[in-house]
Amino acid sequence: MASREPKLAVELRNLTKRYRKVQALKGISLQVQEGELFAYLGPNGSGKTTTIRILVGLTKATSGDAFLNGYHVERDSIHAKRQCGYVPQSLNLDHELTVEQNLDIHGRLFNMSRRKRKNRIAYLLHYIGLADRARSPVKELSGGMRRRVMIARALLHEPRILFLDEPTVGLDPAIRRKIWALIKRIQMDGTTIFLTTHYIEEAEFLADRVAFLSQGELITIGQPQDLMDSLGKWALDTVENEQMKTFYFRSQEEARQHASVHPGPFSIRRVNLEDVFISLTGRKVA
Amino acid sequence: MRGWSAVFYREILILKTKIFRQLASMSVMPLLYIVAFGYGLGNEMTVNGVPYLAFLIPGLAAMSSMIQGFNIASEINITRFYWRVFEEFQVAPIRSIAYVTGEVLFGVTRAAMGVGIITGLAWLFGIRLSYNFFFWLAMVMNAFLFASLAVSLAMLVRSHADQALLVNFVITPMGFLGGTFFPVEKMPHWVQILLEYLPITHAAKAMRAAALGNQPDPESYVVLGIMGVMFFVLAVICVSQAKD
Repeated sequence: MASREPKLAVELRNLTKRYRKVQALKGISLQVQEGELFAYLGPNGSGKTTTIRILVGLTKATSGDAFLNGYHVERDSIHAKRQCGYVPQSLNLDHELTVEQNLDIHGRLFNMSRRKRKNRIAYLLHYIGLADRARSPVKELSGGMRRRVMIARALLHEPRILFLDEPTVGLDPAIRRKIWALIKRIQMDGTTIFLTTHYIEEAEFLADRVAFLSQGELITIGQPQDLMDSLGKWALDTVENEQMKTFYFRSQEEARQHASVHPGPFSIRRVNLEDVFISLTGRKVA
Repeated sequence: MRGWSAVFYREILILKTKIFRQLASMSVMPLLYIVAFGYGLGNEMTVNGVPYLAFLIPGLAAMSSMIQGFNIASEINITRFYWRVFEEFQVAPIRSIAYVTGEVLFGVTRAAMGVGIITGLAWLFGIRLSYNFFFWLAMVMNAFLFASLAVSLAMLVRSHADQALLVNFVITPMGFLGGTFFPVEKMPHWVQILLEYLPITHAAKAMRAAALGNQPDPESYVVLGIMGVMFFVLAVICVSQAKD
């Protein structure tokens, strides 16, 4: 039996975006497979949000093409928009309205029937653990709850691709982990997830593949473990002449041996994605 | 056109959360005008043989439909710049015309509420006029026109602060010059020609004629209709361009 070829959920072809004098994106090309959890990493201002805004139809690309499940985001925008859900970085719920009303408006915008809206809202509120807050005005919810409501809203119309723009920014570590668990669960239910973040550990924990973006350019793309392994398994941080230097080694023993000849303070730790980013760009992610 | 009802429904839900404040706010302006200009100045005054209060009420209704229709601009700006809910409409699979239709219909609804309050206050003050089909038709057309203009301008402004400029430069001059408080025919000829280009002049003329039991000039409805369509198309274009 022939194996089913993985479908492309997201495709960018030489995408550029210029805001007056600033070139925000400089020819980005990448592909995300159906069902993948793809993390888009980079410091603030690197072009992560701009890419997502083009994909969801909030901004027009200056040149290049973007597709969602094969639909061109500008030429076939209505179909493309049906494919995706979007959770923006800033909270954009109607604070005076209840959780249920916010979700209901979204369902109406996506032309869902009354029965389907009712069922999906009940299901999703249970899914995000806020079934008991359906009638609460959004203004009475905590930051973490509001973020979960936004995720539920983006999932209401059963999108095949979910865009999450810095979904845990500003949340405390415990709530952040709750959101991670929710994101993993959404992926396991079959949704492709395109996530931007500048939290390295978020990408390491969640992503099947990551792409590094710096100053509007795609630096590298690959599986987190492969990218980290390309440097080594262990990192030795040392301080020399008031400058921090990091060395990478295949084994912890090698790192210890190297550290023993260094006079100053040092620490040995596992290589992480931040190391990959710094080694490629000389800059930090966050 | 799918989606317009969701836009309209959202506005109605938000209105419901502050309905008493809104109704009180809509009542203050006409109440002050009736007391100050009606009783204070013109209890015994007549205009073209009509008691001034009977002359004033349709003008106030025209002005109210303009202001209430136009006021959706500030609601849209709050949605756009403060709550950022406008993005929710932009990422939804609806056309710009659906968004504009929902907002404009809400503007017309607000205008109908405002004019309803004025006719109610007039009745309480013992002013009996004829609020017939032609009165309400002119009201709806006027509100439609200004709500469409409001959506267009709301897409063009870049901040809340710009909103006040729109009111100062667009609404306030029209409110005072468009035959609301005085007959346009008393103005110098060249001013009359200029005022003919203001939609509020035609709305006030048509609503006053209908309310006083006269035959409104069909030309007023034609002007309101043409300008309404123009501003509606402009609104759709502005919403489509409102990216970045």
